[in-house]
Amino acid sequence: MTAVRTPTLAAAKLVFQRDMTLAWRRWDEVAQPLIFYVVVTTMFPLATTPDLSALREIGGGVVWVAALLASLLALEALFRADVEDGTTEQWVLSGQPLGYLLLAKVAAHWVLTGLPLVIMSPIVGTGLGLPTSAWGVLMASLLLGTGTLSILGGIGAALTVGVRRGSVLLSLLVLPLAMPLLIFGSRAVSMQMDGDSPAGPLQLLAAIFFMALSLGPIAMSAAIRISVEN
Amino acid sequence: MTFDGAVFEARAINAWRGDRHILRDVSFSVRPGEFLKVTGPNGVGKTTLLRVICGLLPAETGELWWRGQSVRGRRDEFNFELGHLGHLNSLKGDLTARENLKFLAGLRTTLTAQTIDATLDRVGILSRGDLPARSLSAGQKRRLALARLLLADAALWILDEPVTNLDTAGIRLVEELIVDHVQNGGLAIAAAHQRLLDDAPCLRRLELEP
Repeated sequence: MTAVRTPTLAAAKLVFQRDMTLAWRRWDEVAQPLIFYVVVTTMFPLATTPDLSALREIGGGVVWVAALLASLLALEALFRADVEDGTTEQWVLSGQPLGYLLLAKVAAHWVLTGLPLVIMSPIVGTGLGLPTSAWGVLMASLLLGTGTLSILGGIGAALTVGVRRGSVLLSLLVLPLAMPLLIFGSRAVSMQMDGDSPAGPLQLLAAIFFMALSLGPIAMSAAIRISVEN
Repeated sequence: MTFDGAVFEARAINAWRGDRHILRDVSFSVRPGEFLKVTGPNGVGKTTLLRVICGLLPAETGELWWRGQSVRGRRDEFNFELGHLGHLNSLKGDLTARENLKFLAGLRTTLTAQTIDATLDRVGILSRGDLPARSLSAGQKRRLALARLLLADAALWILDEPVTNLDTAGIRLVEELIVDHVQNGGLAIAAAHQRLLDDAPCLRRLELEP
């Protein structure tokens, strides 16, 4: 038997495929953040006012807060199962760059939890009185924002996976880092609705995203290596 | 893959777990064709030693040498030649036996359906290939983990209690696999309580003392 070493890209693809396959068999867990997101945003008009012009004032912010909390909800379990059953140990020992494998896992997580929030946002936005003209900016800001959140959350989840009751710690770690996203994201939406150009906050969101994308894998792999030491 | 010149050496390994100094100046070497059995009472540091070799635990002092070079700074290269079977089987209950191999062993080497089937057959669970790993018995799960080890096609095997949960036929299988591996010029290091290849000519012992 002669072994051909798997190229890194193919290995990352396998990790991605694996998580998709697993999610398909556990769809109820994957759907949870989306349900949370829809429920929270529909509760707002019930709890405050059904007046669309009043809702429009806070609509962008509500969608953003709900998306942020929904993403956070799914993060805690990100690496837990893999660390507990020893899969991450094998990833560390696979001879592949660990950062890429973890980034592939985070990408799968984003496709399963972040992307549905983005796709759903025009619908929940309409319920909160957001005009069609704001849809594009809302989706673009959430696209960059949920992507960044998945990576930041990945770092947090990797750091807290070996800690008991890590979920509290995870929120404390990730929420402060997510504040700029929330501020720029909801600002972009409200600027668009006020007739200003939202380019500024969107570019800042993109800058944060690329920073997270380039440095995130390094931080995640370092954190996972510490977590498997136990 | 040829295992020529594949000598593994540990030099003066010291490791701590919390405030306990577990491994004190452990040194040994393993050459192609040798099976090193690490023995000693519970808690003496067998698993710690194996995890230090894998780089899963940092050693306080000491160096690991592979193919005449220090492992430090060449971890990924060393890891690729290292096959590890730990306490945990590293299986996903929701994936079938075949998928488990495809998604985990496939990270190291490019696999075809035939190699996967041949390996499942070798460990005696070919008929269970399409069952979710969750529904396999503890011994079958161990066999599936052994299949993963075989597919890695590694030169150096690190086995932590490889015969846990296995029946007599399973233990014989592990013994056969180890003998095959070392006869092909491979190296194996195992921690074991049970009888394992006690009379084999390839066996060398490392007794850890508390």
